[in-house]
Amino acid sequence: MGFSEKPDNFIEAGRSAKSRAETFFHWLTLFLLLFFAVVMITPFLWLLSSSLKTQINIFQFPPQLIPDPFMPQNYVYALTYKPFGLYFRNTLIVAGLNVLAVVFTSSLCAYGFARMRFPGRDFWFGIVMATLFLPYAVLLVPSFIIFSRLGWVDTFLPLVVPPFFGGGAFNIFLMRQFFRTIPEEIADAARIDGCSEFGVYWRIMLPLSKPALITIAIFTFLFAWNDLIGPMTYLRSPDNFTIAVGLASFRSQTDIHWDLQLAASTAVTLPVIALFFLAQRYFIQGVVMTGLKG
Amino acid sequence: MTSLTAKREAEPGFWLSRQYNRLTLKQRRTLMGYLFIMPFILGFLIWWLGPAMVAGYLTVHKWNFLSAPRFIGLAHFEKLVSDPILAQSLKVTIVFSAISVPLGLVFAFFLASLINSKFRFIAIFRTIYFLPSIVPAVANAILWAWLFNTEFGLINYIIRAFGGPKIGWLQDPNWVMLAFVILTVWGVGGSMIIFLAGLQGIPQIFYEAAEIDGAGRWQRLIHVTLPMMSPIIFFNLVIGFINSFQVFVSALLITDGGPQRATLFLVLHIWRTAFSSQKMGYASVLSWLLFAILMLLSFFVFRYIGSRVYYENPGE
Repeated sequence: MGFSEKPDNFIEAGRSAKSRAETFFHWLTLFLLLFFAVVMITPFLWLLSSSLKTQINIFQFPPQLIPDPFMPQNYVYALTYKPFGLYFRNTLIVAGLNVLAVVFTSSLCAYGFARMRFPGRDFWFGIVMATLFLPYAVLLVPSFIIFSRLGWVDTFLPLVVPPFFGGGAFNIFLMRQFFRTIPEEIADAARIDGCSEFGVYWRIMLPLSKPALITIAIFTFLFAWNDLIGPMTYLRSPDNFTIAVGLASFRSQTDIHWDLQLAASTAVTLPVIALFFLAQRYFIQGVVMTGLKG
Repeated sequence: MTSLTAKREAEPGFWLSRQYNRLTLKQRRTLMGYLFIMPFILGFLIWWLGPAMVAGYLTVHKWNFLSAPRFIGLAHFEKLVSDPILAQSLKVTIVFSAISVPLGLVFAFFLASLINSKFRFIAIFRTIYFLPSIVPAVANAILWAWLFNTEFGLINYIIRAFGGPKIGWLQDPNWVMLAFVILTVWGVGGSMIIFLAGLQGIPQIFYEAAEIDGAGRWQRLIHVTLPMMSPIIFFNLVIGFINSFQVFVSALLITDGGPQRATLFLVLHIWRTAFSSQKMGYASVLSWLLFAILMLLSFFVFRYIGSRVYYENPGE
């Protein structure tokens, strides 16, 4: 916080003591930054290193830091031991449909909440916020019963149909906050030109909201990629597994093959990290948009 | 010509548009508004209210999925108060929540202040600090199970390198909670970024004014930063509590609820009751219990902490 600021003239007297303290804090901050960077990054390096060791070397104490022999084959064994290609395809289907659903329906609802005036709006928005505070886990058991009555167990339907109904409170909230930052005058101009309310949403608001839409698309994709409890509850046959369930069942079957488990875990994590680097600013943006108006 | 008009009048679209034209402006606006939020309303009725009613029905029935549900009155609720496994599960969840939420909040705030400073390559540090929070849950569980491995894990290696004892992180019921707290605090990046955004939103002029008044580093933190950040601290606190009640993947994959049920978190207990023991009725009761706890917790948090929050622009 403001290390570079020059001291004011009238506190010149205490300057040398003050700047000594500033220098001390400067170095302390730098030291802490580096220390915690090491703390944060070490588990990743350990994961990478262990995933490239032989089955024998992994059980060695004290541990080897640089794997020798170097075993990139672990990745091939791990990813072909189970049909990870199929899991990948399944995950892409589920995640893709989720993204589609969330982008369209949450923005539609959010537009209604942000820009339309009608009786009952605030009541329903209150309900949106209430569902935000209720985790998915609360409804897991009764939802399962409903889906099994519908005959949807062991299909993707329980995972992809509900998002089409509003796309989740968090996303509605985020889109609403974003819509409210767009000047109403633009929409009014379109209305005067004869644009319908849906036209305003579709042709004016959506194109202007690309950053927010990309943000919710990324969060939705990540959620679908990472989710275990949903797919584990609904998907039964291995052919339908997503990456998360596949990896969990791989773990339970390979028991002490830590080298393979860690290789598979690294392989599953890498796409997410790649996505993060590609879309870094949307991650931050999304968090900023939700955090500031909390 | 006349036949064409008659044909048009018979179309449902024509009838609809005529009905629409008869509405007043206010009625049209209401109709359009509800059309926009219709997906959410339907979703709420089908995927929230529906399941809640199913759960309500099952609380007074015994059902194992195969035979027909059997009415048993309040027997589940009697079991609820005398169930030692549930008591253990609640204890685990509450202890975890009470430790990990405040600790995670303080740590996230601390990291956010660190990465809010002006250094040359600060963007790299921000990325590194955020990365742990995006690791997929299953991969994260496997990674930490390996890090905490008693014989060959990195954590025990470091502890022993400094002359410490060999700790049975995942085998000893007294240590396993700490292990879960550590892995949770490691992934605190989301709330850290929210704090960072908040810190950057504080006008610099407040700090300058405080400095002119002779406020030191500590006083600026107490009298400027914390009051300005209170809405964001509150937001992170609420989210933190809700997340802490949902621990599932790590408990399932790292310890499977053990050792000696020391990590039998409530959601894992519900999941097992429903899908391993096939006790749908009792699992519904437990779901309602989780709901009640979260509502009660939210109520107290909003009532006693929310009222102390300072908002610069009230009513926004």
